[in-house]
Parts: sequence; C-alpha cells; structure tokens
Amino acid sequence: MDGFFDAGFGLFLLILAECLLVTVLILVALAFLMYADRKIWAAVQIRRGPNVVGPWGLLQSFADFLKYIVKEVVVPSGADKAVYFLAPMISFVLPVIVWAVIPWAPGWVISDMNVGILFIFAISSLHVYAIITGGWASNSKYPFLGALRSAAQMISYEVSLGLIIVGVLVSAGSLNLSRIVEAQAGDWGLFSWFWLPHLPMVFLFFFSSLAETNRPPFDLPEAESELVAGYQVEYSSTPFLLFMIGELMSVVFMCALISVLFFGGWLSPIPGLPDGVFWMVAKMAFFFFLFAMVKAIVPRYRYDQLMRIGWKVFLPLSLGWVALVGLFAQYGLFWGAYQRWIVGG
Amino acid sequence: MAIPLDKAARYFLLTDFFAGFWLGMRYFFRPKPTLNYPHEKGPLSPRFRGEHALRRYPSGEERCIACKLCEAICPAQAITIDAEPREDGSRRTTRYDIDMTKCIYCGFCQEACPVDAIVEGPNFEFATESREELFYDKAKLLANGDRWEAEIARNLELDAPYR
Repeated sequence: MDGFFDAGFGLFLLILAECLLVTVLILVALAFLMYADRKIWAAVQIRRGPNVVGPWGLLQSFADFLKYIVKEVVVPSGADKAVYFLAPMISFVLPVIVWAVIPWAPGWVISDMNVGILFIFAISSLHVYAIITGGWASNSKYPFLGALRSAAQMISYEVSLGLIIVGVLVSAGSLNLSRIVEAQAGDWGLFSWFWLPHLPMVFLFFFSSLAETNRPPFDLPEAESELVAGYQVEYSSTPFLLFMIGELMSVVFMCALISVLFFGGWLSPIPGLPDGVFWMVAKMAFFFFLFAMVKAIVPRYRYDQLMRIGWKVFLPLSLGWVALVGLFAQYGLFWGAYQRWIVGG
Repeated sequence: MAIPLDKAARYFLLTDFFAGFWLGMRYFFRPKPTLNYPHEKGPLSPRFRGEHALRRYPSGEERCIACKLCEAICPAQAITIDAEPREDGSRRTTRYDIDMTKCIYCGFCQEACPVDAIVEGPNFEFATESREELFYDKAKLLANGDRWEAEIARNLELDAPYR
C-alpha cells in the first residue's frame, strides 16, 4: 500500500482529493467571508448587518446561496447564449484554479510548480475574458460599458502588479511560491519578511489588487450608481452567483498572495512560536479585513483618476522599484535584505 | 511654478487613507443604534394612534351608540356607519366600516367619540396580504377591542389627565 499514492491511479486519486479538499474548504470559507464582509461594512456604518439567519446571522450566505439557486434564470432574447453562459463559468473556474499553487504550510500545496507566479499571472489575466465576454454577450448597453471599463482597468493594474512581484522575485530568487516563503524565514520573525524591505510596494500591491479584483474604491466595472451592476446587469440567478463567487474568490486569493509574497505565508511572526497553516489563514483573514475596511471607508475613484493612478503613479513607482531592488540585490546593499537567495542558499 | 510639497507628501504618505481608516475603526466599535425590530420594539406613547378598535363596557355591551360624530369628523371619510334601533329599543350600529387604506390615523374619531367607543390602539403590526383585508367591518373592530382592551384601557387612563 506504500507506493499506491506515488504514481498512476493512486496519485490521480490523491490529487483529486487534494483539489476537492481545498476547493470545498475555500467555498465554505467564502460563505463566511461574504458574511464577514457585510458585517464589517455594516459595523463601520454603525449598522448591525445580517443577523437573522442562524446564530448571529452566520448562515446568511447559505440562505442567499439558496435564493440564487432557486431563482429563475432570465436570458436576454438578444444574448449570444453560448458565450452568455460560458462567461460566468470562466469567472468562477479561474479563481479556483489559481489556488493550486498557493502553499498553506511546508509541503501543503497541490502543485509545487517552479513557475507558480507565472501560472498565477497566466490564469488571472484570463479573468478579464470572463467579464468582457459576459458584458458583450448580454447584448446590452450598460453591461458592455462596464465590461470595457473592466478590461481597461484590469489590464492597467496587472502591469504594475506584475512589476511589484518582480521586485519580490529578485529578492527571493525563485518563482516558486514555497521558495518565496522560505526565503523570508529568518531570526527576526516578522521583521525578516519581505514587507519591511519592500514596504512601499506592499501598499502599491494592496491597492493594485483592489483594482485588479474590482473592489471598491475601484469598482468601476460594477458601478452600482451609474451602470447599475456593470457587466452583471443582464445576469440573474446562478450565473450571477458564479460571477459573485468568482469575484470574491479572487479577492481572497489576493489576500493569500499578499500573505505569501510579503508576509511570510505560513511563517510565525514571533521567533520561537511554531510555523504552520494557522499563520497563513490568520494573515489571509487580516488582509480580508483590510479589504472589507477599504470598501467601507474609501469613496470610489473617477475613471480618469483610476487610469491616472494606474499608469502615472503605480507604474513608474513599481518600475523604479524594480530597478532599485535590482541594484540593491546586485551590490548587496542594506545588509543583504534584498538578496535572500544568496543568504538562504 | 513651485511644487506643492506638502500636498505631494500627504498624497504619497497616504495620510488621508490612514485618517479614514482610523475614523472607520472608531466607528467600527461604536454601539449600534439600530433597533433589532421584530425582536426588539421601541417604546410607544400612551397617545400612540395605531389600529382602530371598538370597545365594550365591562358588562359586554358595546359602547358605540351610533351618533356618527366620528363619521362626520373623519377628514379622509374612511368611516361608514348605518344605524337602527335594536329590539330592546337602544340605538346601535348595524354597520361600522373603516377603510384602513383611506385612514390617515389622525385620531379625530377617537377625540370625537362621546363614549370612548372608537379608539386607536397601540397595535401597528396589522399589515395584510390583500387590500380587501384592510376594509374593516364592525365584527373585526369589536374583535380588536376585545383583543387590545387591557392596553387600551391602560393608555386611556395614563392619558386622561391631559385630555
């Protein structure tokens, strides 16, 4: 029985089980994160938020889920049916796929591939297709406007997001997410993580990921007030649910990515405490809290402001930072804080 | 042209963002003023004008003597009354309808009534699923009176000094 899970059908079963475990856990967690999002938003506005379904309203998301499932699917008569239904599926599947490379703890990763970061970028840049095809296939004005906005926005911010990550890659010397986390291990606990040497980029990354996931203050594709719901206008019932889950899932994924890239993934912040999956989850929860808080406190940007920030502020800053990090790493400045791959081996 | 350095510094140090975050966190921990309505209810004044009711005397005899003052004063003309002498010779209503969809809850009927028969009780949760259910007849109003008599009597007593 020893070698059954090492090759062939056994390996297939093992990978399938791992995928199912991660997907199901994340989907269940998502239900409660949705609830947490609404609760935090409500708390900042001195409201109570959902508190009726289940104890403290904890089951609210499940009630919403049921509602979405049993509602009627309304398809616009002018819609391109195939694309119309494909878009939400893409939107749901892509954010699920990227979880394959997120390391939860040493060795706790579905696919420990060496090009993890590239994989993430390859998949998450496809996400824009879901939105633009959804907006186009609806054959309606406002969804199309929302989709156009979204395409421009996601492409703009992916550029700076990529450049910020390049800085981290220079420091870590690997595209493998597990190696990136290991490169942040050190004697000073949370002060040996990458957030300290890459501090300005942490903020840029955070704001870029807000824009990338269409969260407020960059939720122009949805724009509840002018475009009603942007590219989702013509979607109802389960297709809408898939869009919504996909969106929230990529938010949670961005939380995981920030934790891994800048905040040492599974590493313990205090030297002496054991590392483990607990820290990873705690960091993700913390960043999700920040995401929810930003939604509550920041007004939405105008579209020209969004583009200006993306191209004239974030891009030059992150590009300059890449050059700077390259310089620091090459000459071992700042006690080698930027060249961990030499220190760590 | 001088570069506004202080503005640039505020911009790049995200002072507005952090100030907003701090403010948000202060609000976050504030007690919520929201009343958890179906489970918690706000206080009601004894003068509260809610759903109408026709009261009875402790003997069980209905108070209304069909004087039609309420019908006359009703500004929305929501009340319709027909009256005939009863078999024992006393004057009573045969029909007492209130169209609750017309009523504006001004309380004039209650003030006009010489025998405290028609009153507006403390009940405000009488939403219905159809319009027809809001056309109250005499039986419905008397049933309301029987149901809310304790509260109505208490409210009338509390408010009596000010009438």
